[in-house]
Amino acid sequence: MTEHVDGNALAGPLSDLFTFDPTTASARCAGCGDVSVLARAMVYGEPDTFVVRCAHCDDVLMTIVQTRDRFCIELRGMTWLKIPR
Amino acid sequence: MTGTSEAGDGRIGNWKVGVVTSIRRESASGRSITIDVPRWGGNIAGQHTDVRLTAANGYTAVRSYSVASAGAGDRIELAVDRLPTGEVSPYLVDTLREGDELELRGPLGGWFVWTPQQTESVQLIGGGSGIVPLMAMIRSHEASGSTAPFRLLYSVRTPLDAFFRAELESPSANLEVTWIFTRGAPSGWSRPAGRITAADLEAHGFPAALSPTVFVCGPTGFVETVASALVALGHEPNRVKTERFGGA
Repeated sequence: MTEHVDGNALAGPLSDLFTFDPTTASARCAGCGDVSVLARAMVYGEPDTFVVRCAHCDDVLMTIVQTRDRFCIELRGMTWLKIPR
Repeated sequence: MTGTSEAGDGRIGNWKVGVVTSIRRESASGRSITIDVPRWGGNIAGQHTDVRLTAANGYTAVRSYSVASAGAGDRIELAVDRLPTGEVSPYLVDTLREGDELELRGPLGGWFVWTPQQTESVQLIGGGSGIVPLMAMIRSHEASGSTAPFRLLYSVRTPLDAFFRAELESPSANLEVTWIFTRGAPSGWSRPAGRITAADLEAHGFPAALSPTVFVCGPTGFVETVASALVALGHEPNRVKTERFGGA
């Protein structure tokens, strides 16, 4: 799948796992240092796998793979995630 | 799947079972669908919901749809365009009937939203069914009596492809609507049919100097073209909020 969407698409899938709204959470890209809300990130591969890329440098921020019996989340592309309370 | 059961703890991620109360034709391929969703609990303009279909063999497909309604209550309206290669939209447009049940979770997303507390000028730019979350903002704006100046640029193939046409043809006092027809314009229309350009944004949008909040929603290519043009026209990137959708 070549057409991407954006981080707004993460709200539903991540609501299975977390109580916070991922679209308003901001992340710092480990590659370029850009800080942005996840809603602005580029998201490839939905609906079952999400490769979330920095809108600024295109490095991978996080990857989410959903299968029938588990989620796998890889987060090494972000230095931190700030979640509004 | 106990984690997403109806008897769960009330998390947004819990699936709820709604009942379709009415379906209205918006265009040849578009329907607006009104659904009663117990414990929905209201939503902010611009939020979306996930819809889950489950086949007899247990296969499930989940897709996101923007909510066209806003405010308190458990009755919501979606508007869906049939995408020929989609797994969910053909069912919603062609098969779903009044009285049918539908699994939903939401309201989702707190970033691509407008609330009546916002007083600044707002520029809405929608492509195709990207009008849906913008329609929720327009309705919230009107229902709240907001005097924030609103402008909408709505790009559709032809007038017959427009969603919410009657509502948008008689806008409220604080809303200006500009139509962009990409394939076929009505006879006598001054702008030739064609995709939205920077010139359209400059001619009909709020100028960057006014620092409007801008919401852009549509297919990925549309959103990226418009967002780049807005930044080139001097809009602050942080004031331009975008929502892209793919084939659902």
